[in-house]
Amino acid sequence: MAGTIQSNLKARRTASRRGTEEPAFVKWTLITIGLAFALLFLLVPLVNVFYQALEKGVRFYLAALTEPDSWSAIRLTLIIAAISVPLNVVFGLAAAWAIAKFEFRGKAILITLIDLPFAVSPVVSGLVFVLLFGMQGYFGQWLDDHNIKIIFAVPGMVMATIFVTFPFVARELIPVMQATGSEQEQAALTLGASGWQTFWHVTLPSVKWGLLYGVILCNARAMGEFGAVSVVSGKIAGQTQTMPLRVEELYNSSKLSGGTAAFAVASLLALLALFTLGVKTWVEWKTRRNYELAQRAEANFQSQI
Amino acid sequence: MAEKKFNPLPGFGLTMGYTLFYLSALVLIPVAALFLKAFQLSWHDFWRLTTDPRALAAYKLTFGASLLAALVNAIFGTLLAWILVRYEFWGKRFIDALVDFPFALPTAVAGLTLCSLFAGNGWLGRFLVPLGINGAYTRLAVIIALTFVGLPFVVRTLQPVLENLEQEVEEAAATLGASRWRTFFSILAPTLFPTVVTGFALAFARAVGEYGSIVFVSGNRIYETEIAPYLIVIRLDQYDYHGATAIAAVLMLISFAILISINWLESWASHFER
Repeated sequence: MAGTIQSNLKARRTASRRGTEEPAFVKWTLITIGLAFALLFLLVPLVNVFYQALEKGVRFYLAALTEPDSWSAIRLTLIIAAISVPLNVVFGLAAAWAIAKFEFRGKAILITLIDLPFAVSPVVSGLVFVLLFGMQGYFGQWLDDHNIKIIFAVPGMVMATIFVTFPFVARELIPVMQATGSEQEQAALTLGASGWQTFWHVTLPSVKWGLLYGVILCNARAMGEFGAVSVVSGKIAGQTQTMPLRVEELYNSSKLSGGTAAFAVASLLALLALFTLGVKTWVEWKTRRNYELAQRAEANFQSQI
Repeated sequence: MAEKKFNPLPGFGLTMGYTLFYLSALVLIPVAALFLKAFQLSWHDFWRLTTDPRALAAYKLTFGASLLAALVNAIFGTLLAWILVRYEFWGKRFIDALVDFPFALPTAVAGLTLCSLFAGNGWLGRFLVPLGINGAYTRLAVIIALTFVGLPFVVRTLQPVLENLEQEVEEAAATLGASRWRTFFSILAPTLFPTVVTGFALAFARAVGEYGSIVFVSGNRIYETEIAPYLIVIRLDQYDYHGATAIAAVLMLISFAILISINWLESWASHFER
């Protein structure tokens, strides 16, 4: 029953679309302009990174990456991401639970405040921590007396990274959790599950794809952050230099050699971006398939009644 | 609708408490520190620091270039969203996935690759520089880089709206004898306009704060290609904390204003979708 109606609908759609389509030449002109723009602004810059990085051969490429200062930049980037991403994941889960599952006053304001770091310039994000913990900052003197270094050291860089990547996980999770509702959790609680059990076995599996993409995106931003980290880092080679800062230094110091070493480090970051896009596409495909499967199951169920 | 229901789910106190604590510690207190510092300045000093000619030139470039870049994105982003939703062509899914590339790519890498493309010996500069189009170390370079970083916003805001658009309305217009142009201008354009404006505002907001890519492409010449975030860094490097704070406070206030207007625009756009 349901099947025939659907195929009828489909047939009607394809037949009548002709009345709502542009003439072929308009259509192909639009496609050509759109593709040209996409190629110029997306594909060419991407290919250029890898071309420039490998221009002097694989051996030079590997040497540029394993050179001590670059190597330590890679390590520091991984360390900072390993601290800041899990913290933002815990926050994202907590915030999404509170916002998606409960009603309270001031929810809209809370969501806007969580979005705030998106709107702030990275440089300002770094500056606020300098004003708090730098030598002339509010806690500067106290920190200095106690021999704690935050600015021009790793703790400040972690804080700036957390600030900049703050909204990503929460932003991905809130709509997913809102869409799934809370009936399943209520059922689990009625059946005697504890709050944590409900969270682990019911909520987490239902939001896992959104969570995965949020984590990957947060990680990509954490590893690639430039402005905020550059303001608090002091840019000491081998000590407080992350990969993006290393790219800048190599670029500034190697104008004569064409910046191949800068592109080598940059190519790792570009690979990370491609990986992020891959995960995103995969997650979207997965959720769309799950949705279609659920719809088909429901249609089957309806037709059996 | 707004009826209060008993909610049996646990953990509101814990998650809400943690959310507020984490938000305050890492975002609200640092942001408050900036304004506290700015308020320590007298009005006279604040005015002098935020309106000296160098700062004014930097704002002008930041906002002018951001506006132009967002405009380019509004036009080409709408076109790109349209062909991705409405047409079938070879490589469509690849381009669709690639739209998010500027969002995922670290800005430093974006600046590096754009600069090398548009420089005199680059793949694009080779053809453009002889024509007098200099896309590296100029104001044009700033606009190009800001267009790149803002590209995903218009496309991604518009795409879901275009997908959910009822084609029946267009069919009805066609049945009633409207030409395709007429349908476009009297039905599609008014429906899509609020969403395009939202995407434009998002791209603009992103461009105003952009720093990483601009450092590489602009050459950072005073009065000419120096953007406001770069001027903050310069002031900091000179240990001029007051100067840095004053300009940062101005940028932050403008960010707030943009954020609030985007929220307002989004509710306007969702109102139109019904």
